[in-house]
Amino acid sequence: MVATALAIVCLDDLFAVVMLAGIYSLLSACFFVDLDAVDVAFTEASVGAGISTLLMLASLKLVKRYEDKSRYKPLLALGVVTVTGALLIYGTLDMPHFGDPGAPVHHHVADRYIEKSMGEIGVPNIVTSILAAYRGYDTLGETCVIFTAGIGVMSLLMVSRRTREESRKKVPADMSQQVILRIVAKMMIPFILIFALYVQFHGDYGPGGGFQAGVIFAAGIILYTMLFGLGVAQKVFSPEVIKLLTAFGVLVYAGVGMTCIFLGGNFLDYNVLAHDPVHGQHLGILLIELGVGTTVAAVMTTIFFEFTWRTVKHRYK
Amino acid sequence: MTAHYPVLQVIVPLLAAPFCLVLRIPRLVAIFAILVSATAFLISTALLQQVLSHGIVIYELGGWAAPWGIEYRIDQLNGYLLVLISGISTVVLIAAQSSIGRELPENRHTFFYTAYLLCLTGLLGILVTGDAFNLFVFLEIASLSSYILIALGTDRRALTASYQYLIMGTIGATFIIIGVGLMYMMTGTLNMHDLSQRLPEIYKSRTVLCAFGFFIVGVCLKLALFPLHLWLPNAYAYAPSIATAFLAATSTKVAVYVLIRFIFSIFGINFVITSLPLSEIFLVLALAGIFAASISAIYQLNIKRLFAYSSIAQIGYMILGLAIGTQLGLTATLLHLFNHALMKGALFLAIGAVVYRINSSQLHHYAGLGKKMPWTMSAIVVGGLSLIGVPLTVGFVSKWYLVTALLDKGWWPVAVLVLLSSLLAVVYVWRIVEWIYFTPPRIILTDIQEAPLSQLIPIWLLVLANLYFGVDTRLTVGVSKLAAQSLFGVTL
Repeated sequence: MVATALAIVCLDDLFAVVMLAGIYSLLSACFFVDLDAVDVAFTEASVGAGISTLLMLASLKLVKRYEDKSRYKPLLALGVVTVTGALLIYGTLDMPHFGDPGAPVHHHVADRYIEKSMGEIGVPNIVTSILAAYRGYDTLGETCVIFTAGIGVMSLLMVSRRTREESRKKVPADMSQQVILRIVAKMMIPFILIFALYVQFHGDYGPGGGFQAGVIFAAGIILYTMLFGLGVAQKVFSPEVIKLLTAFGVLVYAGVGMTCIFLGGNFLDYNVLAHDPVHGQHLGILLIELGVGTTVAAVMTTIFFEFTWRTVKHRYK
Repeated sequence: MTAHYPVLQVIVPLLAAPFCLVLRIPRLVAIFAILVSATAFLISTALLQQVLSHGIVIYELGGWAAPWGIEYRIDQLNGYLLVLISGISTVVLIAAQSSIGRELPENRHTFFYTAYLLCLTGLLGILVTGDAFNLFVFLEIASLSSYILIALGTDRRALTASYQYLIMGTIGATFIIIGVGLMYMMTGTLNMHDLSQRLPEIYKSRTVLCAFGFFIVGVCLKLALFPLHLWLPNAYAYAPSIATAFLAATSTKVAVYVLIRFIFSIFGINFVITSLPLSEIFLVLALAGIFAASISAIYQLNIKRLFAYSSIAQIGYMILGLAIGTQLGLTATLLHLFNHALMKGALFLAIGAVVYRINSSQLHHYAGLGKKMPWTMSAIVVGGLSLIGVPLTVGFVSKWYLVTALLDKGWWPVAVLVLLSSLLAVVYVWRIVEWIYFTPPRIILTDIQEAPLSQLIPIWLLVLANLYFGVDTRLTVGVSKLAAQSLFGVTL
C-alpha cells in the first residue's frame, strides 16, 4: 500500500494514477478482511475499487491524460503533513495494544451489542444490527450525505434537456465495435444485478446491505452504458426517474422513522412496526436498507450520466 | 407530538429537502422552503421554552438508551443556538425568492433550495445531537451542501472558491473524525455525556491529548480561525448573495458551538487549561486574526470580500472570549455569537439587495446609491455601526461584555487592543459610507430603484433585531449567562 501511494504521488500519467488508486482501494479492502471487518472491506471494494475508479475514468475523458508540470514547490504543505504524521504516531504510543481483549472498545458499549442484539433485533450479522438499528439514525445521515452529493453533481454539471436529446442521436456507443467485451458483458450484467439484489436482501445474515448493493447495482448499469451507449441505456433508465429515485430513497428511510412516531414509538423505533418487536425490527431494517440501496444506486448512476453528458457535450460540439 | 420536538427539529427539513425534487416547480419550492424553515423555527422556540422551564431535554433515537443508541440532548446552549439558526434561516429565505430569481438560471432554483434545506438540516443536526459521531455525520451534510451553495454562484470563480473550501473543509472533517476515532478507541463510547465521564480517568494518556489536538485543529479549520481562514473570503465573495448571508450568519457559528461543546462539556475546562497552553494559543491567534483581518478588510475593493474579512476578525473576538477561560468570557463569546449572526445576516442581505439592483458588489459601483436606495443603504450603515460596537446596537453589548471579562481577568492590555481594533472597523465601515453617500456617481443612475419589499422586510427585520437586542438584552444576556453557568457547572 505504501508503494502504491508513493507511486500515485510521483506519477503524472493520470490514467495510471486512477488505476493505482483502484489497486490501493483493493489492497485496503484486503487489509480490512485481514482485520475481520468484512462489511467494511466489502464497501471499500465496491465503492473504492469499483465505482469511484469508474467515475474517475469518466471524468478523465474530460481532461487531458497527463498532468501539467508545476513549478510550485509545496514545502510548507510537506512540513504540515510531516508534523501531522508525527503527531499521529505520537498518539499511538499510549494506545491499547492491537488485539488487546481488555481494550475499552471491546467492553462498555460493545458488550451489549454482542450479547443482546440477537434477542433484541434477531439479526445474525451484528454489524447490520448496529448500522441499521442501534445507530440507524447515523445511517440515515449517511444516506442524506450521498443524496447531497448527488444534488451537488446534478446542480453543477447539469446539461440542458436539448443537449441530452441531441447526444442521444449523435453519439455511437464508444465501444460498440468490441465484440468480445459486449458478449462477455451481456453474459455478466444479469449476474451483477442479481448479485446486487442478493447483497441487498442478505445483509441481515452476511456482509452486505444497502450501500454495497446500491453500488453494485449502479456498476451494472454503468457497465451497460459504457458498452451499449447512452442512448440505449437511457431508454431503460430514464434520467428523470433516476433523479426522483435519489430523493425517494431518503424519503423511504425518513418515512419509516416518521411511521414509527405515528405508531407511538420514538423516531426509528422499529419495535412498534409489528406486533412482535423482533418482527418489527426485521421489517424496519428491510425497509431502510431498501431506501439506502435506492438512493445509493440512483445517485451513482446519476453521477455517471452527468459526467458522460458533459463529455459528450465537449467532444461532439 | 411535543415529546418528539427534538427529532422533528432536524427531520422536518431533512424530509423536506428530497421532497423539493418531487415538487419541481421553482416558485412552489421557494414557498415550501420558507414554510419548512418557519416550522423549524417554531419548534426551536418551543424547545427553548421547554429547556428553560424544565431543564435538559433528552430524546432517544430508535428508542435505544444512551450509550448504545444515539441520543439528542438539548440544554440552554444548543436550545439558544437552535432558535438563532432556524430564525436566521427563515428570514434569509424570505428574501431568497427574488434574489435567487435574479442571480441563478431557473433550472437551478430547485437544487438551490434543496441544498439550502440540507445545509439547514446539517447545522440543526450538529446542534441537537449528544453523540460525537452523529455530529460528524451532520457536519458532513452541512459542509457538502455549503460547497454546493457556494459553487452555484454565477461567477466562474465561485467554482474555484468552492473547491478550495472543499479541500480545506475535507481536511478539517478528516481531522475531526481522527479525533473522534481516537476518543472512541480510548473510551469505547461515542456518547458525549458518557465521554465526559470516562475521559477524566485517562487524561494523562498521549492518545487522548492527540485526539484533542486533532479535533481542535479540525474545528478551527471549519470556523476559519486565523491562520486557517484562507478559504473564507473567496467563498463568501463568489457565492450567491443569499447563500453568503445564510452561511456567514450560521455556519461558522455552529463550528464555534462545536468547539465550545467539546472544550467545556466533553474534555472539561480543567483538562484544557492544565494540559495544553490552549488559552495562550487562542489568545495570540485571536488577536492576530482580529488585526490582520481588519486591516485586510480596509483594503478590499469588493464589498462582500470586505465583510468576509470582517467576519474573520469577529470570529477572533469569539475565540478571545474563550481564551479568557472564565464564565464571563464564555458569556461574551456566546453573546457575540448571537449578535454577530444578526449583524452579518443583515449586512449580507442588504448587499444581496444591491446586487439584485446593480448586479455588482464592487465598492466603486456603490457611489451615489445612498439617494437611490435609501432603505437598503441605511441598513448597511446600521449594520456597520453594530460591527464597530456603537451603543444602542448589539455590537456594543458584546464588546461591553468582552471588555468587562478581559478587565475582570486582569488582561487590560488585551482590552485596550480590542478597543483599538474597533477603530479599524470604523475605518472600513467609513470607507463604505463615503462611497455610498459622499462620492458622486460616475455614470448617471436613473433607472435604479429601491430594493423590492420582499427583500427590504427581511433586511429590516434583522436590522431592527440588531437595535432591539442592543437595548433589551434580557433574552440574549440571560440565556448566555445561564448557558455559561451550566457549562462551567458541569466541569466543576
